[in-house]
Amino acid sequence: MEYFLQQLINGLTLGSIYGLIAIGYTMVYGIIGMINFAHGDIFMIGAFISLAVFLVLTTVLGFAFLPVVLLIVVIVAMLFTSVWGWTVERLAYRPLRGSFRLAPLITAIGMSIVLQNFVQITQGARVKPLPPQIRGGITLLEGNTDAGTIVVQLSYMQIIIVVTTVVLMTIFTLLITRTALGRAQRACEQDSKMAALLGVDVDQTISLTFILGAALAAVAGLMFLLLYGVIDFYIGFLAGIKAFTAAVLGGIGSLPGAMLGGLLIGLIEVFWSAYFSIEYKDVAAFSILAIVLIFLPSGLLGRPEVEKV
Amino acid sequence: MASSQTVIPPSAQKPADAQVEALGRDASSARVPSAERAENGLAASLRDAAIAAFLAGVLGFFFIGLRADIAPGGLDLRTRWGAWFTAMLVVFAARLALNLFVFRAARPVTQVLGARLSGIAVPGLGKWLARALLLFALVLPFFFTTFFPGRDRQFIDLAILIMTYVMLGWGLNIVVGLAGLLDLGYVAFYAVGAYSFALLATYFDFIGFWIALPLAGLLAAFWGLILGFPVLRLRGDYLAIVTLAFGEIIRIILLNWYEFTGGPNGISGVPRPTLFGIEFTRGEGGFADVFGLSYSPVHRIIFFYYIILALALVTNLVTIRLRKLPIGRAWEALREDEIACRSLGINTRNTKLTAFAIGAMFGGFAGSFFAARQGFISPESFTFIESAMILAIVVLGGLGSQIGVVIASIVMIGGIEMLRNIGFLTHIFGPGFDPVQYRMLIFGLAMVFIMVWRPRGLISTREPSVALKEKKRIGADMVAQGEGHR
Repeated sequence: MEYFLQQLINGLTLGSIYGLIAIGYTMVYGIIGMINFAHGDIFMIGAFISLAVFLVLTTVLGFAFLPVVLLIVVIVAMLFTSVWGWTVERLAYRPLRGSFRLAPLITAIGMSIVLQNFVQITQGARVKPLPPQIRGGITLLEGNTDAGTIVVQLSYMQIIIVVTTVVLMTIFTLLITRTALGRAQRACEQDSKMAALLGVDVDQTISLTFILGAALAAVAGLMFLLLYGVIDFYIGFLAGIKAFTAAVLGGIGSLPGAMLGGLLIGLIEVFWSAYFSIEYKDVAAFSILAIVLIFLPSGLLGRPEVEKV
Repeated sequence: MASSQTVIPPSAQKPADAQVEALGRDASSARVPSAERAENGLAASLRDAAIAAFLAGVLGFFFIGLRADIAPGGLDLRTRWGAWFTAMLVVFAARLALNLFVFRAARPVTQVLGARLSGIAVPGLGKWLARALLLFALVLPFFFTTFFPGRDRQFIDLAILIMTYVMLGWGLNIVVGLAGLLDLGYVAFYAVGAYSFALLATYFDFIGFWIALPLAGLLAAFWGLILGFPVLRLRGDYLAIVTLAFGEIIRIILLNWYEFTGGPNGISGVPRPTLFGIEFTRGEGGFADVFGLSYSPVHRIIFFYYIILALALVTNLVTIRLRKLPIGRAWEALREDEIACRSLGINTRNTKLTAFAIGAMFGGFAGSFFAARQGFISPESFTFIESAMILAIVVLGGLGSQIGVVIASIVMIGGIEMLRNIGFLTHIFGPGFDPVQYRMLIFGLAMVFIMVWRPRGLISTREPSVALKEKKRIGADMVAQGEGHR
């Protein structure tokens, strides 16, 4: 029971990170109907920028008060990662709008390779470890089993991750439902041609979608860095695939769906590793991806897609 | 539809044109008469290039300007402002050149070049190019042993590598280029082929390369069917992602099923192929002994070269013949429009499955060749990057174009290997410069830019499979490839 509870907490934490990345996939798919394959690597870029900003602040400028440092890191990382997201869209996707449908997917794969190798060349292939910055936590339960004492702990790190995710999700939902930008975004999602006729700048809206997605991915990158303490240029591939799975599972195009899917994928991965086998945890994620796409392509909260001829 | 239409000059409606417009939209001077335009154009170009350079500076700040390295007691931050400024300058120059010669030029260089490339594919010339390449491929080992006796081994090895990618490209071309099914997990079949041969040879002593080759092909085709069956309903990008997932699942299983596949250690001691039972060994009964030659390790390499050449040519021949059969026509129809295909009574299920199975079979052949060539295989050789590379070759060559795959393989694989040998680059960039490091970066950039510039690939002209009375060339802009996959 205690073990189960601990895994539940871990799963929800991991799921929050996946959920934040998944929003980027789901928004882009909703608005231009393409899989932004490079989004996982934008997440990786976000993690690297966070690390660099963190090091600049702590070692070069000598800031010591952690909350302020983290706040600055989050803001700078979001800004710079957004520029990356915008550039990728501008270079690789916008020129291909109106081309055949697989063209942007192919450039997206190309972009993913470019980003990974760019980071590998400029930052080196070795992993970058960062010692845990936020230590300690709240002990919820203590249970005695034959193997010894099991402590169910809710670490401060996990609390921060979940709270940040909830806050960002709230801001984001308000942004989409209440503001002019959100209205334009939803209009483009429903019918971009009609939206353009009614005076919505579709290109700009799409750019903003990429910027928002990248900013959320940057936060996810920072959380990943703080939670695991290790990053390398390759983390974007697996995290991206899993977040995409989350987006599809939740119903692609649906924002609450992306969050729900993220939590589910996080839970499944953690429980699978805890109770079955840790070697095959990625197989679990990939299998879910295949199964969902084949049997439930519209996901849990998505609208079924009607095919028009 | 295709055969009834005449050629439209590429300048009239090129995809590149639309792209130029899209990129130059912010510049209001794009449609100003020429005299004013030249001046305005220069100022605007300079401003635009400066913006691009600034953007590059922002993007590169945390990556090129700073570098975190592991140092005793945590991470250490190093600065590289020189490299950062150089990167900005490079972007400035590149963007300025692009602006002056492409985006704002009266006659964009890309258009001229594009027209030239379309010109290459004139039926006669394309055929002659193919024949010349084939002839060269046939005599290649002797060419190198005669003219480069010191380095023949290295060159033939490179030729084998290129030929392997040509074969994989041709195999994938059946699935992606002809049937229009974007397969991101092609490397799985390559792995199935390689592991079939290696495992069969490990568990059964009597199995050599020539017995294992057809078995590996069959097994790979079988896996093609198994993996193809669940994805029948999927299209376009969903299909791509699921095939990617399957490819990764197979790799992870190979990596973790330690008792059977050896896990990350792989399988070593894969037997070498023989020529009708004659082994390429030194001494009694070896190849050199039987044919009265003096022993040389190059013989085996030349033998390998001819095996992969033969395999690749078989792939090509089968593809060309299949295109003329009903199944090949069904593939191409499926690529253009699945719904129309179905309404015309084509069995899309069988059509897709045969495409998957046949493509997978050639991947399996190539895989067992790879195992025989290396003598050692491990899951590391079958990562997603490998799939992406094969796909890049197919895409860059022009989806569905056979000669395009050859050119793309030679340029991408051969070109980058050649980069390794160029001495003066190290003089420019310092002794630590290793061009191979940039291999995948160049690959990715080429994938993006060629796709943006010519979405149909470098060689994008297609000959219609069926023609009324006479064959006419169809320009890239006339082929709506993949339109059915919306």
